[in-house]
Amino acid sequence: MDNEKRILEGKVALVTGASRGIGKCIAEELAKNGAIVYANARKDGSLDEWAGQFNHEFNAMINPIYFDVTDNDRMRKEVFEMWKQTKKINILVNNAGVEYNENIGMLNKEHILEMFSVNTFAVIELTQLIAKFMMRNNNGSIINIASVVARYGASGQSVYSATKGAVISFTKSAAKELGKYQIRVNAIAPGLNDTEMIMGTEPEYLQKRIDRIALGRIGKPMDVAKGAVFLASDMSEYLSGQVIGIDGAVSM
Amino acid sequence: MSNLEKYNGVFVKVFNVDESCLNADFLAETVEKWDSITQMSLINQLEDCFEIMFEIDDIINFTSYEGGKEILKNYSVDI
Repeated sequence: MDNEKRILEGKVALVTGASRGIGKCIAEELAKNGAIVYANARKDGSLDEWAGQFNHEFNAMINPIYFDVTDNDRMRKEVFEMWKQTKKINILVNNAGVEYNENIGMLNKEHILEMFSVNTFAVIELTQLIAKFMMRNNNGSIINIASVVARYGASGQSVYSATKGAVISFTKSAAKELGKYQIRVNAIAPGLNDTEMIMGTEPEYLQKRIDRIALGRIGKPMDVAKGAVFLASDMSEYLSGQVIGIDGAVSM
Repeated sequence: MSNLEKYNGVFVKVFNVDESCLNADFLAETVEKWDSITQMSLINQLEDCFEIMFEIDDIINFTSYEGGKEILKNYSVDI
């Protein structure tokens, strides 16, 4: 890539849930734009091969970092090791998420707890942890991946949308609180996206949802990743506390 | 440099006070400059100084010069 386009050169990023889909794409785009990326996944060793190949192919710097976002002790340990290596963390992308679609009356308690643990509580914990490191350098961009359903609601996604709605509220307040340290906090609310999360969706239902997208197509992980690069970069240096819908102008 | 010298050095820098002010009466509730911002600055600089990472409860409870010494013992830092 042309050096002039490496707008994240010298910045250090942590991306959670980077083993697939949107998270993986965000990690790759941040790295292609010059960031040193710590790509997180739960399973030890699972990102090693991909990171090695990607770094070789794109002269990039993706370093796998393994922890379960709900395992606070391990997460703290790994982030501290990362900090000792880099002495700066400029970008945090809270992307890890789980989704169960269940109707009210049949909501599974374990799934409720899991969704809130991963989608909401882990975002709060990791933000709290990373913000401390960002404060040291008086600089930082935190990007929380929310969802279009948090803004508009969706049948069968009451709990999932609630977990993401909490993320949006947290984003707005965190932006107010951390602004004095020049830490920006924003959320991206992706619409329907072509990831493994939609595998198994009934084709007819899927088409109905696509028909409601003004731009006429399903979103791609790259669409979200481009938004993340923008929010991570100094191009958005006066943008904080916002929710950016990357949904093709969908009508819900 | 001893751990006490390092510890005092952080307080002197963060609160911009003379080292002689650092005693059992140096508390969050009595030191005017000890607010949420200096608290985080204090914690960050102590973490950097001793290469540790405080637990959240310890950050919340770090509200005095003397009490901080006790908290640091949890991280194998004897002042």
